[in-house]
Amino acid sequence: MDNIRLLIDFGSTFTKVVAVDLDRDEIVAIARVPSTVDTDITIGLEQAFKEIGSSVKITETNRRKALACSSAAGGLRMVCVGFVPELTSEAATRAALGAGAKIVGRFSYELSRQEVEEIESISPDILLLAGGTDGGNEKVIVHNAKMLAGSDHAVKNFVVAGNKSAQDEIKIALRDFDDRVYFTRNVMPEIGVFDAEPCNKKIRDIFINHIIQAKGIAKAKAMIDDVIMPTPSAGLEAAKLIANGCEGASGFGELLVVDVGGATTNVYSIASGKPSGGAVVLDHLPEPFVKRTVEGDIGLKYNIATLEELCRARERPQNFDRTIKNLYGGKLPVGEEEIICHDLLSRVAVDTAVTRHVGRLEVVYGPSGQVLVQHGKDLTQVKTLIGTGGGIVFSANQGYVLQGALSQAGNDAILKPKAPKLLLDDCYILFAVGLLSQVEPVRALSLIKKQLKLIQ
Amino acid sequence: MKKAPTVITGTVGMDAHVIGTKVLSRAFKDAGFNVVPLGMQVSPEEFIRVAQETDASAILMTSLYGMAELDLKGFKEKMMEAGLGDVILYIGGILGIGRHDFKEDEAKFKKLGFDRVYPPEADLNAAIADLWADLKKKKKA
Repeated sequence: MDNIRLLIDFGSTFTKVVAVDLDRDEIVAIARVPSTVDTDITIGLEQAFKEIGSSVKITETNRRKALACSSAAGGLRMVCVGFVPELTSEAATRAALGAGAKIVGRFSYELSRQEVEEIESISPDILLLAGGTDGGNEKVIVHNAKMLAGSDHAVKNFVVAGNKSAQDEIKIALRDFDDRVYFTRNVMPEIGVFDAEPCNKKIRDIFINHIIQAKGIAKAKAMIDDVIMPTPSAGLEAAKLIANGCEGASGFGELLVVDVGGATTNVYSIASGKPSGGAVVLDHLPEPFVKRTVEGDIGLKYNIATLEELCRARERPQNFDRTIKNLYGGKLPVGEEEIICHDLLSRVAVDTAVTRHVGRLEVVYGPSGQVLVQHGKDLTQVKTLIGTGGGIVFSANQGYVLQGALSQAGNDAILKPKAPKLLLDDCYILFAVGLLSQVEPVRALSLIKKQLKLIQ
Repeated sequence: MKKAPTVITGTVGMDAHVIGTKVLSRAFKDAGFNVVPLGMQVSPEEFIRVAQETDASAILMTSLYGMAELDLKGFKEKMMEAGLGDVILYIGGILGIGRHDFKEDEAKFKKLGFDRVYPPEADLNAAIADLWADLKKKKKA
C-alpha cells in the first residue's frame, strides 16, 4: 500500500485528513482533530497524521505529497465593490463566490467616506473592485479606487476586474498599494456577458501566495508541499468533476450539491439552468454554469436561531419549542423527540438554501395574456442531488432531509429539481475529492462514485 | 479621436416585436455607434441600469404593441434620479391604441421626457442624422 494520498482540510474547528488508496480508489482512513491554527497549525496536522498512521502506514513521501485546502482563520474574506447592484456588483459577488470566498461586504455606486470606513473595519483579505462594462462607465470605478486609496492599509489585496479603459487611472490612484493590486479581465466586459474565469484564477493565486502566509496556514508547508485552495473551492471542484466527468470517465451530468454545515450552508449547481418549458422570457444577466451560493444565516450549530424562526411558519412536531433547546450549540439529537426536531431543522436548512439558490418564475401580465419571466436558474430537470455536511449526514432520516431540496406540488414558480436521484456523501469527503481531482481526476471520480450512497 | 457614442436599443415593457429593434441596432452600428442591443421585453429599470453601467449617450426604444405609455410613466423622472438626466431618449413605433393622429403620440411622449418621437415608418437615416445632431448640441460627439 505505497500508493496512499493524503488530503487535508484545515477548518476553523477541525483539521480533517482523508487517506486514499490510489490503487484501489478507496478510503483507508479518516482523521478529525481539533484545529490548532491559532497556535501552530502543524501540531494538529501532526496529530491527525498520527491517527491516520495507526490504521495505515504512511511514508514521508506520502506526507510530502499531501494536498490541502483551508477555511481556517475566517476563510477567504472578500469585499465586493461594483457599480449597479444588479449588474457589476452582482457579477463581482458571483465571481468571488465561485473562487471559494466568504463575502463579508458588498457595495455599489460611488463609495462614501463612511462606507470606506466600514471596509476598513471589515479589513478583508481581498477587495474585488468592479464597475463599468469595457468602454462603459469609468467615473464610478475611478472614484471608488481614489476613495479606497485614501483608506488606511486595512485592505490586504486588491483585485481590479472592471472597465479596462479605467485601468490606467486606477493604477495611478492605487500606486501606494502597488505590490498588492492585481488587474484582471472585466467580470462584465459587456452587458449580458459574465466572465469570471480569469478573476477566479487571480483570486486563487493570491490565496496560495499571500493569504495562507498571513493566516499562519503556510506553516504547514514545513510538512506538506502546498495548500492549494479555499475549502469551498474544493467542494466546487468536486461537484464539477462529478457532473462533467473527466477524460476517460463520464460524469453524472447536471447536478445540485447541498452542504449543510454548522455555521453556513453551501449550494453548488453544475447546470445550464435554461428554461425547461416554452414561452418563458429570461433575465438579461446570464447565469453561470457552475454556480455557488452560500447562506451565511443557515447552519445547524451557530445559526440554529434562524432555522427555529423559519420553522415557525410550518407545521411543527409536539414540544418543538422545548425540544429544540437541547440542540443548541450543535448538540446531536438523543431520543425520538429530538431526532424528529433535528430532522425538521435540517430539512428546513436544505429547503431554504436551495430555494434561494434556484431561479423562480414571475408571472407578468402583457396584452396577450400571461407571460412568464425566469429569474435565475431553472433546475427542475436536474437528475442528481447530492447531500453532504454535518446537518444532513447526522440526521436520522436523511431522505426526508434531502427531499427538502425538491420542488413542491403547487409551488411550480420555485424552480427546484423535480425528480432527481438522491445521493449522500456520508463520510464528508467531497473536499478530498475536489483536491484529488486536481492531480488524479480519474481516481477521484472513481472514488466518489463508490462513496456516494443512494437514498430511496 | 473621440470614442464612438454608446446607444442602447430594445423594445420596452412586454412588447415582443423584435424586428424593429434589430434593424435599428444594425443601422446605428453601421453608422459608427457602439450599440448595446438588449433585444425584446426590456423593463424601464433595466434600460436605466444598463445606461449607468455602459455610460450610454442615448436610449433608443421601440414599441409596437400600443402600451408604451403605460410602461414609461415616470421613466424620465427615474432617469434623473439615477443621474442620467442628460441621456438622450428616442422612441418609435405604434405608440397608442386605435386610430389616432401621430401628432398626439408625439406630444404625449415629449411630455414624458423623450427628445424625439418617431412614427412606425420612420426613415432610419433621418433618425441617425438626428442623433448625431442632438449629440453635437450636447457636445457629446
